Amino acid sequence: MNIDRELKRHFVGRLIENGRRIDGRGFDDIRETSIETNVIDTKAEGSARVKLGNTDVLCGIKVLAGTPYPDRPESGVMMTGAELVPIASPNFEMGRPGEDAIELARVVDRSIRESQMIDLDKLVIEPKEKVWMVSIDLHVLNHDGNLLDACNLAAISALNTTWMPKFEEEQVVREKSGDLPINKLPISFTFAKIGSGIVLDPILDEEFAMDARFTVGTSGKELHAMQKGGSGAFKPDEISGMVDKAMAKYKDVKKLIK
Amino acid sequence: MGGKSETPLIVKGKRLDGRKFDELRPIKIEAGTLNRADGSCYLEWGNNKVLAAVYGPRELHPKHRQDNTRAVLRCRYNMAPFSVSDRKRPGPDRRSTEISKVIREALERVVFLNYFPTSGIDLFMEILQADAGTRCAALTAGAVALADAGIPMRNLVASCAAGKVDDTIVLDLMQDEDNFGQGDMPLGYIPPKDEIVLLQMDGDFTKEEFEKAKGYAIEGCKKVYELQKAALKSKYKG
Repeated sequence: MNIDRELKRHFVGRLIENGRRIDGRGFDDIRETSIETNVIDTKAEGSARVKLGNTDVLCGIKVLAGTPYPDRPESGVMMTGAELVPIASPNFEMGRPGEDAIELARVVDRSIRESQMIDLDKLVIEPKEKVWMVSIDLHVLNHDGNLLDACNLAAISALNTTWMPKFEEEQVVREKSGDLPINKLPISFTFAKIGSGIVLDPILDEEFAMDARFTVGTSGKELHAMQKGGSGAFKPDEISGMVDKAMAKYKDVKKLIK
Repeated sequence: MGGKSETPLIVKGKRLDGRKFDELRPIKIEAGTLNRADGSCYLEWGNNKVLAAVYGPRELHPKHRQDNTRAVLRCRYNMAPFSVSDRKRPGPDRRSTEISKVIREALERVVFLNYFPTSGIDLFMEILQADAGTRCAALTAGAVALADAGIPMRNLVASCAAGKVDDTIVLDLMQDEDNFGQGDMPLGYIPPKDEIVLLQMDGDFTKEEFEKAKGYAIEGCKKVYELQKAALKSKYKG
């Protein structure tokens, strides 16, 4: 048992019971957010660094040519990976991505894919033979909670500023031919349930204390992705309340994206 | 998901297999089908065939994974190579890793893990034939297998999905509806507690559609729960 963590758990839980949070925010407040794009300026076609309070993540986009999937011969390809690199937390270990990293990447991927944020049908070089492949890679630099929303913001900000290379004489030429075709901006909102309280954008101390977690990916009017995590449970009404809050908050967060 | 259907999936108010919008596929649950396991369950759900087995509580290895306050529940969702149309490469992939995680988190709510400090409880779910909705089938079978193993539990977890096809909310998508539909939402639920322990969603739902799908899935889970109880009772009534 980790004594420090147990004590924090009780402390955070008691605060929530009294309607307060450890960093003084309201239950539905998101931490101060900064987004910086084009930070990997010579090698990545798109990139963004997002700070959500002390949580710090970097997303890089690579656009390469490849063969399409057999079941989608006339569509480009997108894929998402996440690495919880050991510099970000004493709890992250070296080695292959574990289940937390896999879940993180898949939930970020889900909002982007299901909202059809990237217009994959426009990423065909030669039908059935050659298409553009967009790789979204997330690097967590400092983990202070809510990696899901930080990574989502980093990914969509990076994609939103991604440029397309040229394809000439069977080769990719790294010169700008245009922008990555973008339809929508799907934003995710993650809530933590601590005792009977539900808070938006949990910091790490709150994540240690939480019973369950719920993420909603929305583009304002439509819902594209959801994921419940943690070993606790939600009442059906609590789920509806979080979905409403996420849809209501969408506009505020969208303003931050350049 | 997200694919567009060439042919309609709903014709004259009926689905491809003749079901109503809020109708489950036929489900058959049998508890205690494997002799070596401490608990097991065989489940058929439409064309899905799932086998779940529980080993434990038993000593947990490697030792550094032991928790001296509670048992560690380990869940493995695994698809057999022959369970899908294209052969599935054996072994864990990113999808099954994520599914194993959400199933474990759903079941941790009901298993009294604190009764067995330092030990491990292993739940293995093998998808022998897949026809959409396998994570729900696996979670449903897994809960029965845990109960069959005599593991102390607060309750069973029932699971069922709702989705959107041809702009209509329907219960329990089958393969074609999943492939060509507009959204899928698997849900795990504890009926007597009215608690949601698993919820995922992908696709394109409005708030109203989401509420309707949630309602359908919860009603579906209630029916699945009755079948789970009946399977356990029929094994143990003598």
